[in-house]
Amino acid sequence: MTRPRVLHLDWTACAGHGQCAELLPELLRRDELGYPLAVDGGPTRDLVVPPELAAHAERAVSGCPRLALRLINRRD
Amino acid sequence: MTGTLASSDAPLGSLASVRVVPGRLLAAAAPDLDSHVARNGVLPYDLGTGPLVAEVEAAGLTGRGGAAFPTWRKLLAAAHGQRTVVIANAAESEPASAKDATLLASAPHLVLDGLQLAAAAINAQEAYLYAKDGPALVLAQRALVERQARGVDRTRVRVVVAPPRFVAGEETAVLAGIEGRDALPRDKARLVVEFGLRGRPTLVHNAETLAQLALIARHGARWFREAGTAGEPGTFLATVSSPGTGPVVVEMPYGTPLGELLGLAGLSGPVGAVLVGGYHGGWVPANPGLSLPVSRAALAAWDAAPGAGVVFALPPTACGLDTAARILAYLAEQSARQCAPCFTGLPRLASVAAALAAAGHPGNPGRLAPAGQRALSLPDPALPGELSRLSALVSGRGACHHPDGSVRMLRTALGTFAGDVQAHLDGYCLAGRSHR
Repeated sequence: MTRPRVLHLDWTACAGHGQCAELLPELLRRDELGYPLAVDGGPTRDLVVPPELAAHAERAVSGCPRLALRLINRRD
Repeated sequence: MTGTLASSDAPLGSLASVRVVPGRLLAAAAPDLDSHVARNGVLPYDLGTGPLVAEVEAAGLTGRGGAAFPTWRKLLAAAHGQRTVVIANAAESEPASAKDATLLASAPHLVLDGLQLAAAAINAQEAYLYAKDGPALVLAQRALVERQARGVDRTRVRVVVAPPRFVAGEETAVLAGIEGRDALPRDKARLVVEFGLRGRPTLVHNAETLAQLALIARHGARWFREAGTAGEPGTFLATVSSPGTGPVVVEMPYGTPLGELLGLAGLSGPVGAVLVGGYHGGWVPANPGLSLPVSRAALAAWDAAPGAGVVFALPPTACGLDTAARILAYLAEQSARQCAPCFTGLPRLASVAAALAAAGHPGNPGRLAPAGQRALSLPDPALPGELSRLSALVSGRGACHHPDGSVRMLRTALGTFAGDVQAHLDGYCLAGRSHR
C-alpha cells in the first residue's frame, strides 16, 4: 500500500477547533475565527505532506474532534 | 440564420431566442423522434467502449459545464467501475445561463442520445436527467416518453428535478439531489467518477457535453475538429446578455473573437467591459477584450475562462463596481452555508464591496448600500485593502469552489475597473464619462 501524501480537509465538518494547526504548525495556522489556513498561502483543501511530517499529519488526523481530516493519495 | 424554436405545441414563451450555426447542435434540433432520426441518423449504439472513447479523445471534447475537463478521461475512468451510473446535468443554476434549457427544449433527443452512449460505454444500468422545472424539462420528458414507447433507450432514464439554487448544479450537489437530500455540495475526498451516487462510480456530464458526444459518435473526431482551434476544438453554446437585452443563445466555434460573439447575439451599442464565464467568471475591459478569442488560452491572461459560455456585456454608462457588488451579494446569499470561511467570509466581502460601490454614488438612493450602515460621508481609503484581506480568507477554503469563483469575479472587477476604484475613493464614478 502506497503511503498517503496529501492531507485532505473536509470543510463541511470543520468547526475551527484548531487541533490540526497545533499539531502541524509547519502546514497550518489559524485565522481570526480559528479556522485552518495553509501556511504557504495556497488553498486550504488538499495539502501535500512531506515525508518528514507524515507522523505529525497522522496525529493531526486522529486529533481532529470533528474527523474533518484524512490522508489520501491524490493524483490530479 | 435566426429564429425561435420551431414546434407548434411547445410552450416557448420564456425561452431565449436562438441563433443557429448550421451543421452543429442547434441545427440538429428536431421536434420529435422521427424527425430527429431523419435529420441526424439513428443512435450509433454499437461502436463499443474502446472505439467511442478513442473517437472522443481524438475529437478533443472537453466538458461544456464550466470545468472543461477532457470527456474521454472521465469515460475511461468510469468504464472500469461496477454498477456505474450516468447523470445528464442540466441544472443550469447560473441565473444568466439559458443554453442548457434551450438545448434540452430544442434538441432533447441529441442530449438523450449522448446519455445513452455514455451509459453504454460504461455499462451503466442507471441513468438520470437532472434538470430544473420548466418548459425545457417538459419537452425533455416528452422526448423520453417517445423513446420509451419505441424502445430506443437501453438504459432507463429517471428524471430528477433540480432546485433553482446557484450551487445545485455543482457535481456533488447533483448527487445529493438525486439521492433525495438537499442539493448542496459535499466533501470530495474521493473523485465522483470513483465514488459518486450512493458510493457508485458515477459520470456527471453537462447536457451540452452529451449532445456534442452524440454528434461525435455519428460524424467522427475529424468532423468535430473542423470548427474551433487545434487546442480547443468544436463549437460551444454561449448565453449572451446585457442590461435590458437577452438572454440570447448562440453557438460558436472556440476562438471566435468576443466582439463577434456579441454581434452575432445582436448586441449593439458601446461596451465598457464584459463578464466572461458567468458569476464566477472574469471581467475583461472592452479594449482589448472585444478582440480576444473566446478560448481558455486567450482568456487565461485575463484571469477569465469561457466556463459554461455565459457572457454579460456592460455598457460604459453602467458602474462596474456596483454590478460586481450586486453579483457578490447574490453569491454570498447563495452559499450552501456548510463551510465557515464561505458563509462568514462571503457576506463580509459583499458588504465591503457594497460600501466601495456606494462610495462612488453619494446621495443616490438607488445604489446598493451595506445593510445596517449609515452612508459614509467620506469613502474609507482602506476599503480596497480590506477587500484583498477578506478575499484571501475566503478563496481556497470550502468544500466546493463557490468561494474561489466569487473571489475571482471580484478580483477581476477590481482590476478591470481600477479607475473606478480610485474615483470611488474620491467620491465619484467614471461610468458615463467619455474617458474610461
